[in-house]
Amino acid sequence: MKILSLNFLTCAVKACKSSSASYPLHPKDAELVQDDIELNPQLLVNLMPRIDWSALSTTATELGFPALPAQPPTPEELEADEQKLKDLHNLLMQTQIMEGKLVCGNCGHEYAVREGIANFLLPSHLV
Amino acid sequence: MEYLIRFSQSHETFRVAEIQALAIVAGFNMEIIHYDAESPFCVVRLPSEEAARTLIKRSIIAQSIHEHWGTGGTFDELHAEVKKKTSELWPKYKTASFKISLDNYQGTRPNKQRVALFNSFSYLPFSGEIKMKDPDEEFTIFEQWDFKAVERNLPAPLKVHFGRYIAPSGRDLCLKFDLKKRGYISTTSMDSELALITANIALAAPGKLFYDPFVGTGSFPIACAQWGALAFGSDIDGRSIRGEGKKKSLKGNFEQYGLQQMLGDMFVCDLTNSPVRRRRILDGILCDPPYGVREGLKVLGCRDPEKEPWVVEKGKLIYKEPDFIPPKKPYSFLAMLDDILQFATDTLVDNGRLSFWMPTANDEQQEMGVPTHPCMENVVVCTQVFNKWTRRLITYRRLPDSEVDSEALAQKRSHVPTNGVTADELNPFRRHYFNGFRAQAAVDSAIEAAPK
Ligand SMILES: [Zn+2]
Repeated sequence: MKILSLNFLTCAVKACKSSSASYPLHPKDAELVQDDIELNPQLLVNLMPRIDWSALSTTATELGFPALPAQPPTPEELEADEQKLKDLHNLLMQTQIMEGKLVCGNCGHEYAVREGIANFLLPSHLV
Repeated sequence: MEYLIRFSQSHETFRVAEIQALAIVAGFNMEIIHYDAESPFCVVRLPSEEAARTLIKRSIIAQSIHEHWGTGGTFDELHAEVKKKTSELWPKYKTASFKISLDNYQGTRPNKQRVALFNSFSYLPFSGEIKMKDPDEEFTIFEQWDFKAVERNLPAPLKVHFGRYIAPSGRDLCLKFDLKKRGYISTTSMDSELALITANIALAAPGKLFYDPFVGTGSFPIACAQWGALAFGSDIDGRSIRGEGKKKSLKGNFEQYGLQQMLGDMFVCDLTNSPVRRRRILDGILCDPPYGVREGLKVLGCRDPEKEPWVVEKGKLIYKEPDFIPPKKPYSFLAMLDDILQFATDTLVDNGRLSFWMPTANDEQQEMGVPTHPCMENVVVCTQVFNKWTRRLITYRRLPDSEVDSEALAQKRSHVPTNGVTADELNPFRRHYFNGFRAQAAVDSAIEAAPK
């Protein structure tokens, strides 16, 4: 599972949706791999307005990446700065959680990630 | 300039929807000058030859595009128009090698007539070599004959067109993505032609995010990835994503086509308890929801927790095991479509598209209407007809909030859905499927008349 996807996903439990503690999910015992993916500047520029920057900062820190700047780069800044593009590309697109868990900060439920595929199915008592 | 699109002869109701979508993707205006469903020839106005190439390159339903030189009810009319409209173009092709072809739809011409037809264009001042193979320019006479023209021995076509060939379509991709040659498929995999067309109609394109919430073996994400979008998908059944692993998995399919760079993520979830954040992040959603024919549709949860407490208790104990499959409860097809529309409303960007497939019986009484939502404007409905049932591709546009009818939206929010009980009660398509699509009244009276 890409770090990008983690920014788009939250706890599947309905009662958690209204709690700010349910997002972002917290990686636990995460085994990371780096994919080799071609840089796609157009995609990254389009993604920026859809990224929750503070959640991404939290995730990056939790996974041991260098701290992100306080503010997201503007599209102009991104287009002008190859290094900024590459760093973001590396974090969002190339970094994958292959094995591990994603933990909800509100209800504590742990979602398993196996072979890069996260499982968000809930047991009956949480539906 | 006017251009003539030569469509293939399949999936007629998808033709206009696809090329209009492709004009939106390419960002230029396209005006349809002439098209009727009886003919595979369509005349459009486009800003340039470059635009014509761009448009047709991604079309699956078209075969080719041509510069339109004229149309007539008879050859006399056609020649008059060609002379009037295109004489300024003639000098450009004076010395080019060329050939003239004949494309007759629903008709034939004996050889002698063909030669006469070609010769009737001899007023064109072309002095270049006539080359049957790889000429610089190819001109085509298009004839639209009436239905069964050969059997009825009709003397002349209904309409004739003339054009200069510009470019082929992307139709060959159907073969590249043919399910027969795909490493990993299931009985419900969407065929490559319709998957690519669906992704076109939903406006998949580079830099965009697309999502299929019923991903199965990944036909739609593969089509979206082919058009350059980053493709996401999920399924309630993780086994369909994983397959047998390696080449026989959804990821293996992406690798087979060299599209792994465009694979976003695949995850296991249930649309009614989706982990996808309700934020406007997606450019397109496309799916072929489970019809619930083979088994009643299921969502997570017990049918009745009071009667089946052991399911809940067992779930509490074993749900942490990796292979745990939660119990499921019946789910109405229509309720599911409602959920999809609400999900699309919450997650699509302005003007983002939702395209989903929906089956119905070929019977007006039993036809399910097009589901509605105040935030989703129905753009187009395309139909594929089978013997006793039909499936429709229904496409919506997420209206910008400023265009949404706020009164209708308030009413929608106050509406409380009712829940049925059995899978048959919940799913009109499944019920009719098992009843052989007889009118419901006939079934009811047959039951009453049966000896007790
Ligand atoms: Zn939670």
